[in-house]
Amino acid sequence: MIAEYGHFALILAFAVAVYQMTVPMVGAAKGWQGWMDSARPAALAQLLLMAISFGALTVAFVTSDFSVSLVYENSHTSKPLIYKISGVWGNHEGSMLLWVLILALFGSAAALFGGNLPPSLRARVLGVQAAVSVAFYAFIIFTSNPFWRMGNPPFDGRDLNPLLQDPGLAFHPPFLYLGYVGLSMAFSFAVAALIEGRVDAAWARWVRPWTLAAWIFLTIGIALGSWWAYYELGWGGFWFWDPVENASFMPWLLAAALLHSAIVVEKREALKSWTILLAIMAFGFSLIGTFIVRSGVITSVHSFANDPERGVFILAILAVFIGGALTLYAFRASAMTAKGVFAPLSREGALVLNNVLLAVAAFVVFIGTIWPLVAEMFWGRVLSVGPPFFDQAFTPFMIVLAIVLPVGSLMPWKRATLARSLRPLREALVLAAAVMALVFAVSTGHSALAVIGAGLGSWLVFGAFSELWLRTGSAGAGRLLRLPRADWGKAVAHAGLGVTFVAVALIQAWQIEDVRVAEVDQPFQIGPYQMVLRSVDRNDGPNYLAQRAVVEVTRDGRDVATLYPEKRVYPVQGMPTTEAAIDYGFWRDLYVVLGDEQPDGGWALRTYVKPFANWIWGGAMLMALGGLISLTDRRYRVAAGARRAAPTTAVAAE
Amino acid sequence: MTRLLRGLLLVLALAGPLSVPAFAVQPDEVLEDAGLEARAREISRKLRCPVCQGETIDDSNAAISRDLRLYVRERLVAGDTDPEVIDNVVDRFGEFVLFEPRATGSGLILWLAGPLMALIAALVAWRFLRSRDRAPTETPALDAAEKKRLDEIMRGG
Repeated sequence: MIAEYGHFALILAFAVAVYQMTVPMVGAAKGWQGWMDSARPAALAQLLLMAISFGALTVAFVTSDFSVSLVYENSHTSKPLIYKISGVWGNHEGSMLLWVLILALFGSAAALFGGNLPPSLRARVLGVQAAVSVAFYAFIIFTSNPFWRMGNPPFDGRDLNPLLQDPGLAFHPPFLYLGYVGLSMAFSFAVAALIEGRVDAAWARWVRPWTLAAWIFLTIGIALGSWWAYYELGWGGFWFWDPVENASFMPWLLAAALLHSAIVVEKREALKSWTILLAIMAFGFSLIGTFIVRSGVITSVHSFANDPERGVFILAILAVFIGGALTLYAFRASAMTAKGVFAPLSREGALVLNNVLLAVAAFVVFIGTIWPLVAEMFWGRVLSVGPPFFDQAFTPFMIVLAIVLPVGSLMPWKRATLARSLRPLREALVLAAAVMALVFAVSTGHSALAVIGAGLGSWLVFGAFSELWLRTGSAGAGRLLRLPRADWGKAVAHAGLGVTFVAVALIQAWQIEDVRVAEVDQPFQIGPYQMVLRSVDRNDGPNYLAQRAVVEVTRDGRDVATLYPEKRVYPVQGMPTTEAAIDYGFWRDLYVVLGDEQPDGGWALRTYVKPFANWIWGGAMLMALGGLISLTDRRYRVAAGARRAAPTTAVAAE
Repeated sequence: MTRLLRGLLLVLALAGPLSVPAFAVQPDEVLEDAGLEARAREISRKLRCPVCQGETIDDSNAAISRDLRLYVRERLVAGDTDPEVIDNVVDRFGEFVLFEPRATGSGLILWLAGPLMALIAALVAWRFLRSRDRAPTETPALDAAEKKRLDEIMRGG
């Protein structure tokens, strides 16, 4: 019965959403207070119903109810509990249910914390939000129903794809979805503002925390996914420019651009129509991302659900919402006149440059991602676009971004001079040059990449520190802690970008890789480390068979680590996986992968020394942390009108 | 689907019986000559495994990727240049295996799209910035009633 309750709650939520997208909108148009206000209870009701629905599916997974066909397809009685739970969204239907649950979550957060919004704007925001929900409810109910029963329940399930049975991947999709769906708030605010025909500083102050929250979630989600790929796929890569990765990266880039352009709207009442357009596009790319992943239209490592019919449905959603929003934009954008006056060389100008770089970078990722599709459709060329293209076409924009970022972020509003903006950065420049010299001296002559990347990264980090120092004025270090949190957030996030820059450059330039047949008890040398394979034994888990090697690592006679790389076979899915063993370190990771037993003795063993590996995700976490600090700034708490908490921290606590 | 089928046929034709999937580059593949091996790795990272989803032959466990890796090394040992090796593989498997699409014909659009868009965006941004610089100051002119009131204030009334 529980599955039926879930199914029923889903259909009720659909009905409530239909109400919420019509009645409050009419109310806002006619100025009927009661009709407008009914959006709030409706949004909360949606959340309640979706929680019931999602809860029901979770119960079906946890209790291994194989009469529900989705559970049969994706679960197994011997699977550990955490993967029974994460299995709920480790498949197409369940992940879409999670998507609408989060949509309802954001909608009700806006209803709860939108107390100080003008009533008509609030009604319209919730109305647009509900319209998005309606489309996705219909998508789930008509093409991807997770609650179908089977006539003859089988005895056991077919198990979850073993690659997905992993803690990193268990939480990767929820964070990504929080990000994607969070951008729907920016979209709803943008469309509501277009209907109202009014965009001002207050609007930007309302929309920015939601965008910031979405961007934080996207950052964490992308970092988790990249970290998962690093330790799970078995060769230590962290970014593949795979269509599915790109699908999450494009909204991230546009959300980052939107965050910055909204500052200009808030402080200077300029860039309004561009900001609206960005908000529409950022959510549009979230939908495109969903389309790419869910339709499997572009082959990728990730698409475990290929179904053209669903793809067409999402494409239709995309066309209606983005097409509709852009049409509205075409009619109304001219009404949004800019007020601020400023010179090209100014904070405003720097933020425009930021937006140009981020938006064009997102465009490059977009065209590279869809190019195989375009080439096949128009010229019949079956081709691939992979890392070599993106590395060459995307990187230049990031290099320019890194060069100008510390300078631009120091510029005053309205009018700046280059000399004055550069002066506080003298120390940062000297330190970055010192880092470049150091890296040049350490690396053995071959890598310009290491020198440039490390230099740019440290320029960002030191530049962020310099700016914080400058903000204290003559008051010195004592004032550092009393700076507004927005200043701290900005510095931490920009420094995080720098850390990631350094890491990506150095891991590529300095990585040591070794592939060999290792004989038991015969030591070998890799870089500064002595490795020795001690033994290989059986080590079966609850739902897999495994062989586990014991590899001891020493350096100059001192123990460094004992590593246990595994080779697993998941019999239910008949799929072999490698479990790399990693010794995480601050300066480097040691990464060991076990291969096959060789016919004439010994085992294939692959070893990497990966310098600065953790810095990649450390940098990403710093970016997210910076966003979080900024989110707790007093300005937003005041703007939210609620003393209790900023709207988005409440969302984060879910 | 046809792509997958074609891929499978290729595997059967080239690799004979499917070997058990193992891990990427195997120890027995590695060339003695470190310089050649480095070139082989570089080339392998640009070639896509024909039957996998978006993996390079360097990373892939598929049997056909192993055959391709061995083929690349064979050609390098025989003295081919890097572009010759890549051309050879592309001739057999088509452009699909090339992760770095060629900048010829319609491929030119892909490579030029980014720089062109950057140029357009820069122009638009520059025009916008100039227009903001020349925009009239924010204070609108006073109307007659306001002028009269101002005069009164100035006169001390």
